[in-house]
Amino acid sequence: MRLERRAHRPLVLVLLAPVIAIMAALAIAGVLIAMAGAPVLEAYRLILTGAFGTRLGFTETLTRATPLMLTGLAAAVAFRARVWNIGAEGQFYLGAIAVAAVAATVFSGWPPYLLIPAALMVGAIAGMVMLLVPLGLRLRFGVDEVVTSLLLNFVVVLFVSMMIEGPLKDPLAFGWPQSIPVGPEAMLPKLIDRTRLHIGLVIAIVIAVLVYFLQSRTVFGMQSRAAGLSPTAAVFSGVPLAKTLIKVACLSGGLAGLAGAIEVMGVKGYVTTDLSPGYGYSGIIVAMLANLHPIGVIAAALFTATMFVGADSMGRALGIPSYIADMTVSLSLLTMLVSIFFTQYRIRR
Amino acid sequence: MELLEIFTSAGIWGAVLRIATPLIFGTLGALICERAGVLNLGIEGIMTFGAMIGWLTVFNGGDLWVGLLAAAAFGAVFGLLHAGMTVTLGLSQHVTGLGITLFASSLSYFIFRLAVPLASSPPTIEPFQPLVIPYLSALPFFGDALFNQTAPTYLAILLAVILAYVLFRTPLGLAVRMTGENPHGAEAQGVNPIAVRIGAVMVGSALMAVGGAFLTLSAFNSFFPTMVQGRGWVCIALVVFASWRPGRALLGALLFALFDAYQLRLQAVLGKAVPYQLFLMVPYVLSIIALIVTARRARVPQALMQPYRRGER
Repeated sequence: MRLERRAHRPLVLVLLAPVIAIMAALAIAGVLIAMAGAPVLEAYRLILTGAFGTRLGFTETLTRATPLMLTGLAAAVAFRARVWNIGAEGQFYLGAIAVAAVAATVFSGWPPYLLIPAALMVGAIAGMVMLLVPLGLRLRFGVDEVVTSLLLNFVVVLFVSMMIEGPLKDPLAFGWPQSIPVGPEAMLPKLIDRTRLHIGLVIAIVIAVLVYFLQSRTVFGMQSRAAGLSPTAAVFSGVPLAKTLIKVACLSGGLAGLAGAIEVMGVKGYVTTDLSPGYGYSGIIVAMLANLHPIGVIAAALFTATMFVGADSMGRALGIPSYIADMTVSLSLLTMLVSIFFTQYRIRR
Repeated sequence: MELLEIFTSAGIWGAVLRIATPLIFGTLGALICERAGVLNLGIEGIMTFGAMIGWLTVFNGGDLWVGLLAAAAFGAVFGLLHAGMTVTLGLSQHVTGLGITLFASSLSYFIFRLAVPLASSPPTIEPFQPLVIPYLSALPFFGDALFNQTAPTYLAILLAVILAYVLFRTPLGLAVRMTGENPHGAEAQGVNPIAVRIGAVMVGSALMAVGGAFLTLSAFNSFFPTMVQGRGWVCIALVVFASWRPGRALLGALLFALFDAYQLRLQAVLGKAVPYQLFLMVPYVLSIIALIVTARRARVPQALMQPYRRGER
């Protein structure tokens, strides 16, 4: 038995790959659910009804999908150019804390139509800066950005913790470590009243479409893809490699920072150190499930959010630890890698 | 003056070895994988799983050494998963490793939660007791620090020596290094690069898991989520700092632990004036600085992160 590269990648297989990957991940998760002593099919049903069955569940799934779309896009654009941005979690938090720092202070008194775009911009810029550090270290000193961007995640979370217990601490929060609120003017309008669902979802979808056009219809898109496929060949064909990578990092870091800004301004209105249940890391999974395609990211983020919201309510109903959601989602990353592989290779005897 | 007195205080040198032990295991584990040409970013999750399964084994009545062995065995299983995907199939080592970290950590938390219901204070076990080496531990100043540690700490140091010997003085070590430098050349010499890589990743992952298990079986006596705290990533940085040499990995881990032990005591002295988070940042910032200092000079195994497929260039 040996592996043989396929001459063509059949489109059907490429489209089926994520479906098969998710089914396989769910099947393995089913084994673990059974080992935990719960009825498997009932668990699957509860995941679906938990995520979509009620108005609350449905809007909660969409609310959770919003930051995942943006961090998923952040990973997708970076990975396509082989900028290994594993620091989306840190960029997310820096974007969030930057918004908390300016919204109610520097921008206080601004009308919402100026304040909201300006605050979102600040969040995106903070995220950019956070990724330019590891990329700069790679370009200048040859340091692998995977490890530095991972390590910086811890630094940023500690920095945020320092801010919300120090200069940005909310004096009215009864001693809880949380930042000063961004204020009602900076809050994103709700999409549906009396739910947590906010306009950030629309922003995320619009951005996904924009990124799609940026990647498929512009010189920058072509150059970033070339940089990812083969940096050497890209340089030979006249692609300014460093410049392209810096642009990619600005886009990727900016998207992750924007995710943090939108999460603060859309949901809670202030920053805590549990603002993100790992949105930055889950973004990597979302990007891989989407095969790095910006439109696919929308669907992959919805799947991931479904698992998180659905498994939460399933866990409560059946007494299963809700970590089953993280487990299934991360498993689907591994199964997706394998199923993408088999769109490119086949087994020959 | 107070800042320098910390170095002469009795406890600090013992603490250095204690802090260094999981890092030594993890760094040596990552080093073995990378010497064979495979970057293993699963380390953070594998350490977490090792910490959990080691603790759980002992909690359920197993011997402490059985706990360490269980961690090693499950570490090897995760290594096999990583190797199957990155070596046999040649998938991206970056993404696979991260996937394994995410999967292994969430699986650890899941199993832990299933086995131990939520409690206000986590249940504890009886951890490894210090193994006092007679006479030597009575030596002034360093005696107590070096010869009053738990058994796994001695094991970690011994392991660095053994690994250095195996890598540079035995045919097996030569095969591993050749596979990491030039798998095609290794194949021409009759070495099976695929088998060497799978073996190296399994052994390396087993060591990572033992490093994690040290946290729950010796350094602390309970398991809690996120307890590994990026130690795995620090190990990956230390491998570069050590330029892929076991002896330097040992030194690097000790140096790192010295800084860490120093900042812990500095917190006690300066705690009021400086936010504690700044101290907690120290290990991560140090790792990044170590990478910047060494990255250019580092002699990377030439075939690191390059998948090997027979008959494909």
